Amino acid sequence: MNETTPILALRGICKSFGAVHANRDVDLTLHKGDILGLLGENGAGKTTLMNILFGTYAADAGRIEVDGTPVTIDDSAAAIDCGIGMVHQHFHLVPSHNVIENLMVGQKGKYGLLDRAGAEARLAKIAEEYDLKLAPNALVGGLTVGEQQRLEIIKALFRGARILILDEPTAVLTPQETEGLFKAMRALTERGLGVIFISHKLFEVREITNRMMIMRQGAVTATLDNTPELTDRQLGELMCGHELTPPEKPAVEVGRVLLRLSNITAGGTPERPVLKDVSLEVRAGEILGLAGVSGNGQSQLAEVISGVLPPHGGQIEIDGEVLDRPSVKAVKARGIGRVPEDRMGTGLVTTLPLSDSMVLPRIDQPPFSRYGLVNRAAIRDFVKEQVERFQIKTAGVDVRTGTLSGGNLQKVLLARELAWDPLVLLVAQPTRGIDVGAGEFVHRQFLDLRARGRGLLVISEDLEELFTLSDRIAVIFEGRIMGIVPAAEATAQNVGLLMAGFQEDAA
Amino acid sequence: MRLRLEQREKSSPWLNLTLPLIAIAATLVLCGGLIALAGANVIEAYTVLFASTLDSKFNIVETIVKATPLVLTGLAVAVAFRAKFWNIGAEGQFLLGAMAAVFVGTQEGLPTWSLVPLMILCGILAGGLWAVLPAILKTRFKVDDVVTTLLLNFIVFYAMMALLDGPWKDPLSGYPDSPDILMDAEFPILLRATRLHLGALLAAVAAVFVWWLMRFTTLGFAIRAVGESPRAANYAGHNITKVIILTALISGGLAGLAGVGEAAGLHFQVMAGISTGYGYTGIVIAMLARLNPLGVVPSAIFFAIILTGAEAMSRSTGVPVFLADVIQGTALMTMLIALLFTSYRLRVSLTRHG
Amino acid sequence: MDEILAQVFQVGFFAAMIRIATPLLFATIGELYAERSGVLNLGIEGIMLLSAMTGFSAAYFSGSLWLGVCAALLTGVLAGALMGLLTVTFGLSQHVSGLGLTLLASGLAFFFYRVIFGQQSTPPNIVAFKPVAIPLLSDIPLIGPVLFNQYALVYWALLLVPLTAFILYRTPWGLHLRTVGESPHAADSAGVSVAKIRYQALMVSGALMSVGGAFLSMAQFNAFTFGVISGRGWICIALVVFGQWKPWRSAMAAFLFAFIDALQLRLQASAVIDVPYQVFLMMPYVLTIVTMALLSRNARVPAALLTPFRKEER
Repeated sequence: MNETTPILALRGICKSFGAVHANRDVDLTLHKGDILGLLGENGAGKTTLMNILFGTYAADAGRIEVDGTPVTIDDSAAAIDCGIGMVHQHFHLVPSHNVIENLMVGQKGKYGLLDRAGAEARLAKIAEEYDLKLAPNALVGGLTVGEQQRLEIIKALFRGARILILDEPTAVLTPQETEGLFKAMRALTERGLGVIFISHKLFEVREITNRMMIMRQGAVTATLDNTPELTDRQLGELMCGHELTPPEKPAVEVGRVLLRLSNITAGGTPERPVLKDVSLEVRAGEILGLAGVSGNGQSQLAEVISGVLPPHGGQIEIDGEVLDRPSVKAVKARGIGRVPEDRMGTGLVTTLPLSDSMVLPRIDQPPFSRYGLVNRAAIRDFVKEQVERFQIKTAGVDVRTGTLSGGNLQKVLLARELAWDPLVLLVAQPTRGIDVGAGEFVHRQFLDLRARGRGLLVISEDLEELFTLSDRIAVIFEGRIMGIVPAAEATAQNVGLLMAGFQEDAA
Repeated sequence: MRLRLEQREKSSPWLNLTLPLIAIAATLVLCGGLIALAGANVIEAYTVLFASTLDSKFNIVETIVKATPLVLTGLAVAVAFRAKFWNIGAEGQFLLGAMAAVFVGTQEGLPTWSLVPLMILCGILAGGLWAVLPAILKTRFKVDDVVTTLLLNFIVFYAMMALLDGPWKDPLSGYPDSPDILMDAEFPILLRATRLHLGALLAAVAAVFVWWLMRFTTLGFAIRAVGESPRAANYAGHNITKVIILTALISGGLAGLAGVGEAAGLHFQVMAGISTGYGYTGIVIAMLARLNPLGVVPSAIFFAIILTGAEAMSRSTGVPVFLADVIQGTALMTMLIALLFTSYRLRVSLTRHG
Repeated sequence: MDEILAQVFQVGFFAAMIRIATPLLFATIGELYAERSGVLNLGIEGIMLLSAMTGFSAAYFSGSLWLGVCAALLTGVLAGALMGLLTVTFGLSQHVSGLGLTLLASGLAFFFYRVIFGQQSTPPNIVAFKPVAIPLLSDIPLIGPVLFNQYALVYWALLLVPLTAFILYRTPWGLHLRTVGESPHAADSAGVSVAKIRYQALMVSGALMSVGGAFLSMAQFNAFTFGVISGRGWICIALVVFGQWKPWRSAMAAFLFAFIDALQLRLQASAVIDVPYQVFLMMPYVLTIVTMALLSRNARVPAALLTPFRKEER
């Protein structure tokens, strides 16, 4: 775009975690006024690269130049000194501090004291210059997600950032908030900042950036200008490495209702619940997809169906039987299987042996135990059988669960549920953070289950995935089901509108 | 230069076995420095310390007698820590067990055959129920269990002192000692002409029982799962509150049993100094054993040697007997650091600047 | 009843209460620094005991009380650094590390006391600190004798509370300390070294605890005894919880405890009420547990308390 010295250049960055090459020989250049889109699937190495740039990780090889001068960035203080500001996916804010205190963290102060007045003056100046406004004394814990993100951006500017990195900033925003963010980004670049925008959402990258860089498996596959001639298909192929072909989905006759939620309210407080009046049906032989921006009640819905979160009101009905007192045990006994989003947190126990993780939910039933006594041989046999059947790559059945890769952990979770032939399988973010091969394997299992007349509820933030898998797509927004669209009629447009909270017209 | 800890992919079983030994060796070397500072010959002092406890049948038996309560408090801590129920309260549970034993053991009019079983039962219940209190506070009110179990020790201690100073005070001597238990309530002696009492047998049985419980029962499975990841255990349908409360009951019961053994097998009464910090030593023992119930036995015997041997060492070399306390503290720290290296390795890297 | 009240609530009673509160103030505020930075310092009991010993010994041999205080301070700072090594550098369990430190420090205190002084029939003693009357102020009726005719260390303790509140809420270091205790990631991304702040906080914490210990063996008493601390350190852990991790409230908790303790001593001496004195000794522990249970729902615990911070952890 211009011939001047780039404000930021990365040359030949390499970084590996154990045997995994997170970054290999990555080059990147950013000019003043650029918005560079950094595209790639989960696990492509985008976040690692940015963490190296911000001094969180040390690169194994390569160098960083700011304004043409090589710099060493070994901690975040050095990054800040170089004028690099970062807005992480998970905010780095202190909820119990107010806005101005959050801004003053890391500042020297005046005469050894906190310079509150000075900070407030600078906050006011930034507010005016970039149209980013926040009350200095507001408690951060009470701000909305959008406001907290604004504070992160202000914080970067406050520390004199000229290069701003936004790591998946729109994942937590509604479309309206995203518009606001884009406006702010344009204002920043007009004043000479360079912005790196990390995302895996193609349409957003195409809307806001002027250049884009695509990564796959730790390496850069392409760097291109954002021109109208580019097609989504081309970009998708650059990201995934092969042409996207949706799996064959044979027609299956849809049968009786296996899972019915009627008017469920749950989460938060009874007065202000997270889930409001949710009604859903999953029928035999169908996959119901649940779409929505993250944080709109998906995890609470999954918790209710798993029996972990008792609802304030409403009814859960499994295969025609209404549950009086939903609990994990009751739900499990009636044939609900569950593959959680948070594999390491709520699914498996990383520090226990693989065999223990594999039987965790079923340890209290035969053949794994009788009369409270554990049958170790039966557990071993079961685990060995599953490892073989699902081709789980592991050094043995006694290794610590946490040593397995993400894709293999997902197989462990699937195997654990499928062994009991669940009536309904509840899955959240099934392919997040796992490689394409494992993802396809997981999808095939789902379709297989569907063909056998079971029901699936797939919660995902990946619309692509939902479109290829689902028979119907339900959309959740702020804890309400906005609408349910048959897959044949679903388009990015009508589902997108529902995700943004616009109810479909009666027509 | 930078020091960094890196997670190991797999912990090697070789390290699991040798690390406690390395920790003990490091401890003895460090504390050897203190012996030298105290002006004694290090080799000689250690020789006396270890030999005095093992050089005759009588001394070996005395060491086992000393190890008896330590095995039980060590087990109490090991079970609790497995579930990440931080029971620092074994000391108080021990005292309650001892008090319950004396209360039962001084009751006239009970059938004589029932005295010993009743003392054991009541002691276990007293310790166990006392431990359930902080478990409920932890699960229902999210109150830090370390602080509550620690504070509850003082409450028991002062309650015991009030009892010894009041209703249980010896009217003749005026000493704060409880009345003696009935002859029929005393634990039988296992080996003639020694102090080896039933408690030692109970401790050995308890160690095997806890090992079996952790390894072959669904409760043991659940205790480990809840300890390693309460969220995953909860999602898998394990009732965390129930598991923690059961753990507390077992843990407190074991500590209470230790108190019963000391009261009914050794002192035949309760007095202010009945515990010389057995509950706290139990923490060190459990950590050195890596929370393995069978490992608790050698670990407890080691500390029994240190505690009894230190007195002989002090008499013959003049090194203060408090070396035993220093060894406990040092061993806990070296073991903690050693444990770290089973799952992490220390990486020293030179970073270039410029 | 009025007679009892008159007998109890005299100038001497309140002066005694302030004296009892002093070591608690030092140690409580010390613990507060550690906990606000995200580290529970259970080494407190041991640090107080060891410093009481080193302080006393240094004063005994040098003849200078202030040199004794310096020796105690040094002990506390070193112990704090050791706690930092275990919990910050190695990221070990704060519970177990702290208990280990207490075991070790108590053992060292007893061990070296015996090595230095041997076994004597009458314990060695020193000429302890004398009250220093502040001119004019000490002449104020009632308040004067209670507040302004005290040991020098008492004045330090009383000044420590506003000073701590000022440091925590008005200086960059205080803000960084609170940030590290609430969200180490936020601090780290702002270029604040979490490890450095936690080490500093632990050293300050150790230093303050040590003065608390030294006060007991050099002002309150004039000798070191094995029971000189007797659980006061653990009380301070409770006082910080009671004080909701805030300097002023924690200080108030310390005074409340001192009040109960002083009352207990008086009642025990006057023998007018037929309640075992142990019940009074028990009260602060019972009260703390009850308060913790009641406050737990909206307790303002530093969010990162007990969590080690490792930068590259994914």
